Amino acid sequence: MMQRLNKSFAELKKQGRKALITFITAGDPDLAATCDLVDTLVAAGADIVELGVPFSDPLADGPTIQAASTRALAQSTTLKKIIATVKEIRRRTEVPLVLMTYYNPLYRYGLKKLVRDVCDAGVDGLIVPDLPLEESAELRRLAAEKLAIIPLAAPTTPDSRLAGIVAAGSGFLYYVTVTGITGARTKLPDELSHSLDRVKKISGDLPLAAGFGISTPEQARTIGRHADAIIVGSVLVKIIAQYGASNAGRQELSGRVKALRQALDSE
Amino acid sequence: MNKMEEKMGRATVPDERGYFGAYGGRFVPETLIAALDELTKAYELYRYDQVFQEELKGWLSSYCGRPTALYRAKRLALELGIKEIYLKREDLAHTGAHKINNTMGQALMAKRMGKKRLIAETGAGQHGVATATAAALFGLECEVYMGEKDIERQAMNVYRMNLLGAKVIPVSSGSKTLKDATNEAIRDWVTNVGHTHYSIGSVVGPHPYPLMVRDFQRVIGLETRTQIVEMHGCLPDYIFACVGGGSNAIGIFHPFLEDDLKMIGVEAAGRGIESGAHSAPLCAGDPGVLHGSLSYLLQTEDGQIEEAHSISAGLDYPGVGPEHSFLHDQGRVEYISVTDDQALEALRLLCRTEGIIPALESAHALAGVATLSKRLEAQIVVINLSGRGDKDVATLAALEEKEGK
Ligand SMILES: Cc1ncc(COP(=O)(O)O)c(C=O)c1O
Repeated sequence: MMQRLNKSFAELKKQGRKALITFITAGDPDLAATCDLVDTLVAAGADIVELGVPFSDPLADGPTIQAASTRALAQSTTLKKIIATVKEIRRRTEVPLVLMTYYNPLYRYGLKKLVRDVCDAGVDGLIVPDLPLEESAELRRLAAEKLAIIPLAAPTTPDSRLAGIVAAGSGFLYYVTVTGITGARTKLPDELSHSLDRVKKISGDLPLAAGFGISTPEQARTIGRHADAIIVGSVLVKIIAQYGASNAGRQELSGRVKALRQALDSE
Repeated sequence: MNKMEEKMGRATVPDERGYFGAYGGRFVPETLIAALDELTKAYELYRYDQVFQEELKGWLSSYCGRPTALYRAKRLALELGIKEIYLKREDLAHTGAHKINNTMGQALMAKRMGKKRLIAETGAGQHGVATATAAALFGLECEVYMGEKDIERQAMNVYRMNLLGAKVIPVSSGSKTLKDATNEAIRDWVTNVGHTHYSIGSVVGPHPYPLMVRDFQRVIGLETRTQIVEMHGCLPDYIFACVGGGSNAIGIFHPFLEDDLKMIGVEAAGRGIESGAHSAPLCAGDPGVLHGSLSYLLQTEDGQIEEAHSISAGLDYPGVGPEHSFLHDQGRVEYISVTDDQALEALRLLCRTEGIIPALESAHALAGVATLSKRLEAQIVVINLSGRGDKDVATLAALEEKEGK
């Protein structure tokens, strides 16, 4: 239900806070662990959780998330099983949940059945990095008011195009901070704050989330000033790669999310 | 659809969104959309630009050796019991395969668009060599992504690329072949899209690539048309070509789509379709999205892309160009498959009967003809001999050693 996403952004706005969106790959190290890891993320202060559905050929992802996808696929993780896991997660938390995946697993599942099944399970939105505006009409039509089809914009997106993307989008606008693929970066583009301000003028009421490359509290603080949300992924996935879902891993993960949360709230 | 509309349909695809019927489109990260728009605009301009087309034609003739010969293979025809066989000798084009037709066109465009760097993916290494060649000729920087498995089996082409001043970047992910090299090339392009042109090696990828690469390869079919009429007096009954991504096939088929003749595309059946180890998405796959377009694919029930297998690195790819999917569904082109062993046998046959060593890829087209020889008895057949086999000699030698020959 898209409602959960909209409500979350509305409440944060009222409180004058920024949303922290955390990404992990579902099925890494396995699906039972994914349920627990979501608990950890939420307890540490994540406002929205993105679950990556692994794909064999993740061409918008850097080495960290590629490796997580490979690990998850080695555990026979499928979209079907992830939807079942979401049902499990929904028994424990009302945190907005978004699936991020490439188009082929969705296409193969069947779009109509997909929208029905993910909505039933309690998914709130989809992010599909290889499904640009022109190709997403059918999915958007089926999703209607039930499911957010979260659009992406990039530094290379011209303003004229951005207006169309915003108009068709729902949930939030995912602004890709770098011209490139996913992966933690020590340095983000100098002009990022400026770009976000420019995008914000066009995105209007659709909340603006910035993602790709964000890993440190310092980056979170700076970017939080110019966006409604930040998205962190690779830095968390790296922790899972190292520790799995062990207690030590969950502690590490929790520490990192708390640090980001604090940095965002300190503004 | 009546006959007239059907014809119109074939002549006018793709539409402005890059769709060939239900197939094609642009399934890429938003970051690349502006670059694809820029490329589409540039291509629309150069496609009808006399000066550009004349310049390209000049390079193709003076530098690449076009037109390539259409050769009547009498001994092969006799051996197979087929009335007449003609070989379109793309193996005689500069660098030894049809790939140069496309890379000259793309490099010339890239230069005019002010791009400084070319990147490419390669399987057999033929497209990599052809891109490196065009880059050297036009003074562009060049990096080529190649799977580690292919680097091993096509070592000679790696060496050629290095000689030509290109950098070969090994890809160790996934199946370590063409599919993974393509992923890496797309990731590079997403990162360096400002000054880099991605020179795709077949009629695959997001719009406008399937259209643009097809147009650059049409020269094969256009020449064949003139040559066969000169030599034989009329059009042939059949045209055969191997299908990896499908560029040599669409290149020779396209100018004949409205004519009354049969066309057969030959996919790689690897160790046999039943074995699952093959590269035949049109014969044994389902529609899906890979590398920017919707087309037939080898995939699991859950939409994961399956690894392909072929003895020929250039055919070892789980996808195929969207226009072939369209022609397949329309029934305009028939797609069949032949195994590794059948291709090897056909390769040896051509060596012995005609003194021509074909590429393993092209040997699939020959094997397709050999398989259907009964049906072709009284027919005039053209085969697109897409490349020469020098690059495959090491693979063949290793195989013979294994077989203890
Ligand atoms: C000689 C030759 N023929 C055919 C192919 C397959 O490509 P396509 O199907 O695009 O012609 C290759 C690819 O490397 C090749 O080198």
